[in-house]
Amino acid sequence: MSFLDYFRSQRKRSANVAKERLQIVVARERATRGGPDYLPELQSEILKVIRRYVEVDQDAVQIQLDREGDCEVLELNITLPDRH
Amino acid sequence: MAKIVVVTSGKGGVGKTTTSAAIGAGLAKAGHRTVLVDFDVGLRNLDLIMGCERRVVYDFINVIHEEASLNQALIRDKRVDNLFILAASQTRDKDALTEEGVERVLTELSKDFDYIICDSPAGIERGALLAMYYADEAIIVTNPEVSSVRDSDRVLGILASKTRRAANGDPPVREQLLLTRYSPQRVQKGEMLSVEDVKEILAIDLLGVIPESQAVLNASNAGVPVILEEDSDAGQAYQDSVARFLGEDRPHRFLQLEKKGLFGRLFGG
Repeated sequence: MSFLDYFRSQRKRSANVAKERLQIVVARERATRGGPDYLPELQSEILKVIRRYVEVDQDAVQIQLDREGDCEVLELNITLPDRH
Repeated sequence: MAKIVVVTSGKGGVGKTTTSAAIGAGLAKAGHRTVLVDFDVGLRNLDLIMGCERRVVYDFINVIHEEASLNQALIRDKRVDNLFILAASQTRDKDALTEEGVERVLTELSKDFDYIICDSPAGIERGALLAMYYADEAIIVTNPEVSSVRDSDRVLGILASKTRRAANGDPPVREQLLLTRYSPQRVQKGEMLSVEDVKEILAIDLLGVIPESQAVLNASNAGVPVILEEDSDAGQAYQDSVARFLGEDRPHRFLQLEKKGLFGRLFGG
């Protein structure tokens, strides 16, 4: 690293930001991949229903389909906001 | 039996056609009978990159519709022995490529060739899906840039689930990463994803890294596959990639900046 780079590195390097963002988006997209085509729609409808009662973020509902032998497990993970 | 190789990326403009031309020419130079097939119906460009645009009489769709034989449609490269091109059609009919038609043409080509290189269009529509469907191997062309990496990951998902190999329960398509337009200088400054970053995210084997190079535009201007520009950095990087594709173990070049003197090290670039 050169003398001038020492000052440059004060701000966060854009390549690191890119990598972190990619790791998150790719992980999320992989989670729904390979499942039935209705999964994304199911996810958005569940989100709509929950929002009728509680204000939650877009990514508050996580759906994952796991296969264990002959058995398919639909895992639904809903994160509710903290009570204030 | 030919090996069917798809060159794909999802995102457009990352270097699929440049790569198809270079890898195809490299395989042919190594003595393998190779055919390049352009799947980008409506937007053909492989002919231009290969410099044979004025010799296209019949195309892929003509062969599928049995308006021409394969021998009539195949264009023999004038520079490299064993290299042939099957141009895409300029028709605007999106449904011109049919599954049965593509399978029939690939099966016929399989008898005569060692390698069939399928140059995929961008996107994940019909042409791209058909270019992937029959593949034995895939070269994923990726730029060190967020949208390209994300699209490549999407394409990897399709290769794992929507190909003939997946449908038949055969061993999966072999997937290899080709990172193009790489700038070691920008990587060192922290402005560009490094080859390690991209490898970590996509988690596939690395076939090669092609540096950002003037030679690529110069070669496409002239209609010459850049691998034939043997003195250029990009040409050499493609030669290394072809050698690795054929099983040779070669170190990766053009990943580091040239060493600088004391002055350069002190004040950076």
